[in-house]
Amino acid sequence: MPKLSVFYIRASLVYLVIGATYGALILWNKAMAVSPLIWYFRPNHIDIMFSGWMTQFVFGVAFWILPRRGSEKPRGNEIWSVLAYWLINISLISQIASVYIGFPQLHFYTRPLQAIGISFFLIGNWWRVYALKFPEYLKN
Amino acid sequence: MPTLTRWFVRSSLVSLFLGTVLGALYQFPNLNIPGIYPVFIHLLTYGWLTQLVFGIAIWMFPVLSKEHPRGIEWLGWLIYACLNLGLIARVIFEPLNVLSPSILVKNGITASALLQWLAAMVFVVTIWPRARSTKAK
Repeated sequence: MPKLSVFYIRASLVYLVIGATYGALILWNKAMAVSPLIWYFRPNHIDIMFSGWMTQFVFGVAFWILPRRGSEKPRGNEIWSVLAYWLINISLISQIASVYIGFPQLHFYTRPLQAIGISFFLIGNWWRVYALKFPEYLKN
Repeated sequence: MPTLTRWFVRSSLVSLFLGTVLGALYQFPNLNIPGIYPVFIHLLTYGWLTQLVFGIAIWMFPVLSKEHPRGIEWLGWLIYACLNLGLIARVIFEPLNVLSPSILVKNGITASALLQWLAAMVFVVTIWPRARSTKAK
């Protein structure tokens, strides 16, 4: 597994811990009405689980598993995927922090970073989705 | 495909089916099914997507060691049991909490939250050491 995939997957596992904890607190609050403030976790719970856990895990595995080409740079220009990693995580961390620092409008500035990061990943890995040539000796 | 992964994948497909059925029923507000929205969302995201990811990751990730290539097996079964029992409890008790809340229902939802959380935590602990780069010889 390439190092970048390890970074993506381990980051996604950290977000899974945070997001699942938020989710458990929200569900518990539904039953026991612990505190109305817990509802403020809900937008972050959704973002963390979709972008932080699910998307990054998929990106990590895709970067690892998708077909490679050539021996020099088998995964192409990896800088796209590296930038995507940083942009997605900067966006997510600032979104989480915005609730606690009392600046919820911060996500208006940082959410586009997520979209840009995801676009970078697509640019860097789109070409890796290709059909392998069917071997001649297996025909007929 | 190991037995544990087969159970994860088949259960995720059942969750997908139930989630999409509930999603279809959600389109008819006249049916007035209480608490349907969070149940169908979590059947699809946690029951289908996350459970499928768990099962495939446990199967596919680099081996941990020769003795325990996929880690301690009973931890995998613990993840499976907690995830699915938590989801089943959610499907039963979340609508009931809207219809007729009671101490039993509230405890059921609390148990559901705890079980789902535990499944995620145990998965992170088991898969973390397997998310590593393996240098080709």
